[in-house]
Amino acid sequence: MCAMIPSRSLGEVYCEAEGVRKSNLKSFSDQIVADIYGNAEQITKQVLSKKGSQRISFDQTIDNLVTSKWLGYPLMILLLIGVFWITIEGANIPSAFLATGLFAFQDQLTLWFQWLGAPDWVHGVLVLGVYRTLAWVVAVMLPPMAIFFPLFTLLEDSGYLPRIAFNLDHIFKKARACGKQSLTMCMGFGCNAAGVTSCRIIDSPRERLIAILTNNFVPCNGRFPTLIAISSIFIGGTIAAYSGLINALVLSIIILLGVGATLSISWLLSMTILKGEPSSLVLELPSYRRPKIGAVIYRSMIDRTLFVLRRAIIIAAPAGGVIWILANVSVGELSILSTVAQALNPLGHLIGLDGFILMAFILGLPANEIVLPILIMSYLSTGALQDYASLEELRNVLVNHGWTWLTAVNVMLFSLLHWPCATTLLTTYKETGSKKWVFLSFLIPTIIGISVCFILTQVVRLLGLV
Amino acid sequence: MILSAEKKKLLWQDQFGISVTKDQFSVALAGNPNVGKSTIFNALTGLHQHTGNWPGKTVDNAQGSFYHQQKSFLIVDLPGTYSLLAHTVEEQIARDFLCFANPDVTVVVLDATCLERNLNLALQVFEITTKVIVCLNLMDEADKKDLVIDVPSLERELGVPVIAASARQGEGLTELRNKIYQVATGALQTKPRQIIYSSEVENALQDLLPLVADIASHTLPPRWIALRLLDGDQSFLNSLSNYLDIHQTSFHPGWEESKCAQ
Amino acid sequence: MKGAVRIDPLADLSPGSVCEIVSLELSGLLRRRILDLGIVPGTLIRCIRRGPSGDPTAYLVRETLIALRREDTAQIFVRRLSNGEECV
Repeated sequence: MCAMIPSRSLGEVYCEAEGVRKSNLKSFSDQIVADIYGNAEQITKQVLSKKGSQRISFDQTIDNLVTSKWLGYPLMILLLIGVFWITIEGANIPSAFLATGLFAFQDQLTLWFQWLGAPDWVHGVLVLGVYRTLAWVVAVMLPPMAIFFPLFTLLEDSGYLPRIAFNLDHIFKKARACGKQSLTMCMGFGCNAAGVTSCRIIDSPRERLIAILTNNFVPCNGRFPTLIAISSIFIGGTIAAYSGLINALVLSIIILLGVGATLSISWLLSMTILKGEPSSLVLELPSYRRPKIGAVIYRSMIDRTLFVLRRAIIIAAPAGGVIWILANVSVGELSILSTVAQALNPLGHLIGLDGFILMAFILGLPANEIVLPILIMSYLSTGALQDYASLEELRNVLVNHGWTWLTAVNVMLFSLLHWPCATTLLTTYKETGSKKWVFLSFLIPTIIGISVCFILTQVVRLLGLV
Repeated sequence: MILSAEKKKLLWQDQFGISVTKDQFSVALAGNPNVGKSTIFNALTGLHQHTGNWPGKTVDNAQGSFYHQQKSFLIVDLPGTYSLLAHTVEEQIARDFLCFANPDVTVVVLDATCLERNLNLALQVFEITTKVIVCLNLMDEADKKDLVIDVPSLERELGVPVIAASARQGEGLTELRNKIYQVATGALQTKPRQIIYSSEVENALQDLLPLVADIASHTLPPRWIALRLLDGDQSFLNSLSNYLDIHQTSFHPGWEESKCAQ
Repeated sequence: MKGAVRIDPLADLSPGSVCEIVSLELSGLLRRRILDLGIVPGTLIRCIRRGPSGDPTAYLVRETLIALRREDTAQIFVRRLSNGEECV
């Protein structure tokens, strides 16, 4: 029925079209897709030919290994340890080099300030606070990040990462989440903010939220130095020759704990506030490709270096200045820093930490990498970060402030299980568009962290182990 | 079919968050995920690129520019999609861009190692615009898998220029730039192959074509609109309605408000 | 006349065997995604391997490896092919 009206509204056309669409028994949509593929098949038949005989392809050989029943999981764990080991060991020399250079320059700065006759506090804020923290962060943060991200990109380009999702999907399915979450967690190792952004690969909004809310259980590069330093002092340092390997192992155990936390909390969220049907997995496993190593390393390293430097300048440097002020301005007998730390002490003690540690974590909200410098600064209560001290000196400082093995374990656990850094919170807001989820992403790891440390501490004390 | 340069600039800025200058040719880069679009994009634009988000969406939008034969080209890297029959945000973005932004050239990047599946997207693009170039990428991978593609034959079948490339090796890029230039300036005419549907679909299309003939014939092929109606593609109708609103046609907006007799 | 053609769920296919898609009893977004990947009636699909814990399973279809979960492949119905018909 087609009246000769010169123009029709879109609404009218839609109605007529719906009539035609529904008049057919089969779905037009399905038929259309099938037809397009029919056309594609015809074309392909004309132009494509396979030369050579059927032989087991390279892809299949590798997949038979990495997704096999016996070797699949061990290989993944080995890869995890391997990547961390390369990151940690590889970062040592550049870190030492940067540290020496930057701290030497700091002495030079001090000389200039003296020559200028600048007042002590100006020198304090700018050199001891701002510059020192900046130098510490760059020396300690930049090398691991500049190594980890290119490694991760290489893995990505090689085509291996979807195999991780393939191997782990059944575990995530039990937690009513998506196998692709394992990939967002891998990204989170580099940077939790990047991990949150990468959650876009998960199609289902519900599962995407779960991945976002639990991403912080994976420790980012910013937390590695804290974890490694404490591990080195209290654990790895015992057998110096293998310290690199031991640290990598300890780090891997911590990470496995984080993975466990992710899975449990994902499950919990699925059962409570993020209830819903598990959605499906449609995962493409691309061919393995040899990544262009040079190009990747170049591009990735430059990107990361710029990112770290920017973050250090925008966040770490001012934070350092502020901390110095807090540490050197007195309220009564004690500095502001010490006063706050004392106030936090009861809570800290309850969960096996102390006031200074708790305060360092709180002040580390802008960026996880400044937690350790702040802590050391506070302990030394000269309000100045000592040089990139030898592990022995660090150990003495900590032990002098009442640290036991329990404190060390709790600090590592809390570092793993606490609120996300400010950048991650901001990114969460951008990705979810809702303050509610940001708040939850803050609350969930915090509660878990406090609970775990509390329980461990009470049990250990009860058993008289410390 | 041609928007004035002023209108186009405004449209691109408002709807897509992209700033294109008056004398720039615009190029859209489409393709399945993982076909090497970014490699090609990076190779063409070098450092003259930046990434942001598509307006209102959490999907990356990369745009860059390059020069060829003294002409400036703005290239937009569309999200990787398997199809334009939009059911995900990425597909919707790619579809809306191709339908309503009217880029001067569209380059569809195909993975030579799985041609059949990749052709699905290419054929759909052909239904929207004629100014298309196909870039057959990952030829080196296809070679490793003992796949042989008769490129001239493919060109004949598709009716558009086909460039064999291995972007990671840097091969095929010069040819690609040349072809983009030729198609953009109109020096090269293309006649993309149109999909032939089964008889039920074709018959239904015949019924609908008279109805849609006037709606947006200045921008979109009526056949494509008719197909989307047959599909029951609501998101497309939303976008179309939105677009028609912006261009103040004499049609009544708000197609959802119409009460269907059935 | 061979008699009734045997139709099985894709989930029952073991690694190495090839079959032809007959119908998809899926719905919603999953259905669309599977169709868009070219898994339409008439397509040949080969089961390649199962994950280390039995799920998901990787299938080769139109030169692409795609992993799907058991619950989903249970709703895709296929016709097994005898020797000679297969060439995925």
